[in-house]
Amino acid sequence: MGAAIEVRNLNAWYGSTHTLHDIGLTIPANRATALIGPSGCGKSTFVRCLNRLHETNPIARVTGTVKLGDLDIYDQSPVAVRRRVGMVFQRPNPFPTMTIYDNVASGLRLNGRSRRKPMDEIVERSLTRAALWDEVKDGWKKKSGASLSGGQQQRLCIARALAMDPEVLLMDEPASALDPISTSKIEDLIFELKADYTIVIVTHNMQQAARVSEMTGFFLDGYLVEFDSTTKIFTNPTEKRTEDYITGRFG
Amino acid sequence: MTRTRFHQNLDDLKEKLLVMAGMAEQAIQRAIEAYRVVDLSLCDLVARSEPAINRMEREIDQMALDLLAMEQPMAIDLRFILAIIKINADLERVGDQAVNIADRVREMQTLPLVQLPVDIPRLATLAATMVRNALQAFIDANPEMAEKVLRMDDQVDEMNRAVFRTLTRCIEVNPEISQQALSAILISRNLERVGDHATNIAEDVIFWVRGADVRHHLQTGS
Repeated sequence: MGAAIEVRNLNAWYGSTHTLHDIGLTIPANRATALIGPSGCGKSTFVRCLNRLHETNPIARVTGTVKLGDLDIYDQSPVAVRRRVGMVFQRPNPFPTMTIYDNVASGLRLNGRSRRKPMDEIVERSLTRAALWDEVKDGWKKKSGASLSGGQQQRLCIARALAMDPEVLLMDEPASALDPISTSKIEDLIFELKADYTIVIVTHNMQQAARVSEMTGFFLDGYLVEFDSTTKIFTNPTEKRTEDYITGRFG
Repeated sequence: MTRTRFHQNLDDLKEKLLVMAGMAEQAIQRAIEAYRVVDLSLCDLVARSEPAINRMEREIDQMALDLLAMEQPMAIDLRFILAIIKINADLERVGDQAVNIADRVREMQTLPLVQLPVDIPRLATLAATMVRNALQAFIDANPEMAEKVLRMDDQVDEMNRAVFRTLTRCIEVNPEISQQALSAILISRNLERVGDHATNIAEDVIFWVRGADVRHHLQTGS
């Protein structure tokens, strides 16, 4: 099951640049939450704070609390956090020399799980959950992950994240490099995955945010301007800056 | 990501609806004048304007549909296009009411002239004012003015009921004026419907500007 994420007074810096200012919101469990805003608004930085990826940059710094369930992720090891919070990036990044199978199994193996039989089950289940199994079941242990189409590669990356059985799946522009059919498969998948995971999706595509998410947050210049139900944000937002952005009056 | 061309298209859509509004408003005013001075040439003008109003209704719907499909508008832009589609339908119905009134005036003209103890012109002025104010509220994006239109509707409804009560009594007392009285009742009802359409337009203006659904006396936001 997914877990709710409670963010309080979150601030982030790159060197001396203050990139996130006092962000506070509660991302509900087993729902898709979309984060929108113009380039450089802080939405990707924010999402990278949710799995402690932001601080991998030596000049980056974070303060505030991010609670996943009852625990503050900043009180746990980054590795433990990333086991609970999976991430999928804009460009599909399968390991090119590995088979489809090994791509999905890689995270588990790095974490010390290598017994063959359960691994088969886990990989098959992950590929099924990522809606890729039917397309790869004939060559999953032989074919390279790089032999798949872009859309399939992205679902392979989702399967790789799901193999760790996370509670949260962060998706940073997961469909922006894909064609409309592959995009629609990813969106359908997000809809399915909500039953088991909490999903946070960063997107520039507002129609996509409207289609897949229940909650939407609008970021601008490092501030969370508005966080509300997606229906409210896209039909009658409270803040004028939100309305001006989503109606294309700036951005 | 600014959508200059899209917003220009929204301005064009608004302009086209205002042309439609002008046609519908002119039709209802001509029909009222035709009743007041019993002028059949005005009735002809009203009848001749109907196809143009209908054509304009289709063109506006098509423009709105294209923008919905091609631009996938959000928030105030989405509400604006929805409001346009609904106002467009109400304006077309105002045009229909004008034609109905003109038809009744033609009928009455064939009957002996009688003095009926009702003030249809006053009701007509009120209904036409509602339409004018609702359209002005739309032009100025002014929900306060739209709210005033909503308050006028009760007055129009009450005047229509009064016309009905008075004229049904007249028919009972003086059956030979039944046809004239019935035509006046129907015109009164047509004007009451015009008031209803103005009310709908005013509600759509409030929805567009504030995002609030005030139909059927709902006071909450959407």
